Amino acid sequence: MKLAVCIYEGPYNHEASDTAYNFIQAALKRGHEFKGIFFYHDGVYNVTKLMEPPQDDRHIANRWSQLGATGIDIVVCIAAAKRRGIVDDVLVPNVRISGLGQLTMMAIEADRLVVFGD
Amino acid sequence: MSEEKKKIMFTVRKAPHGSIYVYEGLEVKLIMAAYDADISVVFVDDGVFAVKQGQNTKALGIKGFAATYGALVDYEITKVFVDRQSMEERGMSEDDLLVIGEDEDTEEPIKPQVVDSDEIAAMMAEQHNILAF
Repeated sequence: MKLAVCIYEGPYNHEASDTAYNFIQAALKRGHEFKGIFFYHDGVYNVTKLMEPPQDDRHIANRWSQLGATGIDIVVCIAAAKRRGIVDDVLVPNVRISGLGQLTMMAIEADRLVVFGD
Repeated sequence: MSEEKKKIMFTVRKAPHGSIYVYEGLEVKLIMAAYDADISVVFVDDGVFAVKQGQNTKALGIKGFAATYGALVDYEITKVFVDRQSMEERGMSEDDLLVIGEDEDTEEPIKPQVVDSDEIAAMMAEQHNILAF
């Protein structure tokens, strides 16, 4: 199945980012394809390289970056990012800032758009 | 058009103020309306407060966005529904709903359409994708 994921919540504060990550890993193992991952609302905070979590904890931004390195398109909403001070300079590699048009294309192209958040 | 338009539904479930979900969710609707998709919007649960007329956010010290709903029809978002039960549970009636545009020919104001939960369920079952805010 062609899937897309939209994440609404910030890292560590909420389980949405972790659950989405685990969902994606499980779906990839089952052979599903991802049309993209879109960060919206406070979700844009998930991919800033400025985060420095304790070393014995998961590094959420690096984890998304590694997933992006496998070729999955990871997009941060520009409107939500600007409001929150997230710009290109602070992003981890393999993630890009773009518009809501990208979420639209994911919603149109994917068989299922799975939203993680409150 | 080569193929049928994809049906995308937005559900608005949260109160309009207190968090940014509904406001940023409105931004998504306005952008998606520019694309070749069959868009519908359903207000349920506390989301019905978003389409209550006469909102004033001045005391909250934040920019209100209720007025933008008045442009939904201009954005060609005409399939706008409100869950009857959610509305009644919150002491709202059809008269409380704000205007989302006007009829091109008659210039009559257009309001969201009040529907029952089973109609919403039937519409949901037809969607290609659903985005919740």
